[in-house]
Amino acid sequence: MDLRLDGITHRYDGLLVLDGIDLLIRDGETVAIIGPSGCGKSTLLGIVGGLLRPSAGTVRTIGKPRADSLNPFTYVFQDFALLPWRSVAANVALALEHHPLPRAERQARIKAALGLTGLGDFADALPRQLSGGMRQRVGLARALVVRPAVLLLDEPLSALDAQTRELLMEDLLAIWARERSTRLYVTHNLDEAARLADRVVVLSRRPGRIREIVSIDVPVAERLSASALPVIAAVRDRLWALIRDEARVAEREVQHA
Amino acid sequence: MPEPDVRGAGGVADGSATIAFRGGGFQPQPRRLVPFIVFVLVIGLWQAASWRGWLPDLFMPSPWQIVGAFGDMLHSGTLTRHVGASLSRIALGWLFGTTAGLAVGLAMGIFSVARAGGLPVVSALFPIPKIALLPLFILWFGIGEPSKVATIGFGVFFPTVIAAYTACDSVPRNLIRMGQSFGLPAHAIVWKIVVPGAMPGILAGFRITASIALILVVAAEMIGAEYGIGAFILSAGNLMQTDQLLAGVTLLSLLGLAVSTVLGAVERIVLRWR
Repeated sequence: MDLRLDGITHRYDGLLVLDGIDLLIRDGETVAIIGPSGCGKSTLLGIVGGLLRPSAGTVRTIGKPRADSLNPFTYVFQDFALLPWRSVAANVALALEHHPLPRAERQARIKAALGLTGLGDFADALPRQLSGGMRQRVGLARALVVRPAVLLLDEPLSALDAQTRELLMEDLLAIWARERSTRLYVTHNLDEAARLADRVVVLSRRPGRIREIVSIDVPVAERLSASALPVIAAVRDRLWALIRDEARVAEREVQHA
Repeated sequence: MPEPDVRGAGGVADGSATIAFRGGGFQPQPRRLVPFIVFVLVIGLWQAASWRGWLPDLFMPSPWQIVGAFGDMLHSGTLTRHVGASLSRIALGWLFGTTAGLAVGLAMGIFSVARAGGLPVVSALFPIPKIALLPLFILWFGIGEPSKVATIGFGVFFPTVIAAYTACDSVPRNLIRMGQSFGLPAHAIVWKIVVPGAMPGILAGFRITASIALILVVAAEMIGAEYGIGAFILSAGNLMQTDQLLAGVTLLSLLGLAVSTVLGAVERIVLRWR
């Protein structure tokens, strides 16, 4: 299933945040979206998943999502959005409870998702007992359990410390090698974009427009190898060069909110 | 500047000095004995003042006399009768008020129409001291139990409504968005996200309504009741039996403590996830 964004435009109370975003996302591709603060990255993700209504423009799917997908567009949130009163397994189960599934399949899906995210031994733990990294793994497991066609990751590692972020990036690459879905990854971290994505969409300062799309010519499966490092570093520098001046202006801007 | 001499740290001759500690404090520490000491001291001083004759028995009986009055009540069976009458009124009134209050409050927390319609009514009726309505309830329901239960129920209802709908507001919006993003139906979002998320606020409201129920039961029983702690205190006052009067007041303190202990236990169980 491909995804096509046509002229996505969004205003908050008259303030134009996204202006005419056209983008084709191919099935199975990982697209990162970066840009200076306030460029509408997260807004764009909200629109793609149907949580926000765009002021203008459309998001279309081309083709059918995979047959076993219970929730084709599935989010992973920056703040994890876990229910604190539910255990890890119950948080993951939440995504399945309103779907008529045989009990065995439900259990199997939950077990597989927990295994894939390294949470097998933590099924009964409560969120407050977990570190930030483990909490986001629960968020990931909950997203994977519905077998999404498009995984919408909204700054998924931003709330984590640098070391945990590093670990989760490795885990994400491993998961992406095994789980086939299209991925839209919003981040302000250039390193994440350069290491995790096939293509990086660079948005301009508000109103967000596509400035450039940078392709990374190392298959995601080989991203952890030593030979990938120079390529990733070069992409990272390129992205910074693209974004730097605007990031500085954006930083000095008075908040409108 | 000379090289710092590590060996001489803390010494005097070389001009070095230890950095004085200036942190700490401003953090309550457990002091296990102090509560008992203060409690015993207060009661002890009171008792001593009575023995010395500084406090007239008729107006301020000694703790020992109050304990005696307590014992008499326990033996004669009046204690159970009065406490039973008050407790059953509190239980019924609180249950009615809480049930209705939760229904209305959650509706106001979830539905915009219920909020818009309910808020002015609640705002207008909430500030009325509910005991003022007892005469009306007596006209409607008679002098017996229903008018007292209605007063308590009414007094409990409004704070419960307010606690419930503000608790709904305090449920993080991102959790609701998460539910929507996974395609949860609206009723599932309410029962699996909003209601459990509102529990801390609702339970905090229970503490308030429990104390309101206690106030109202005493007031209602003072206006017209044969049995009940309020009636007992009033009649003890009329007969100048101050030891019995204060025994009744002590009973109220114990009752309040018991209720708050029960609510604390409920909170620990229901909010174990916190």
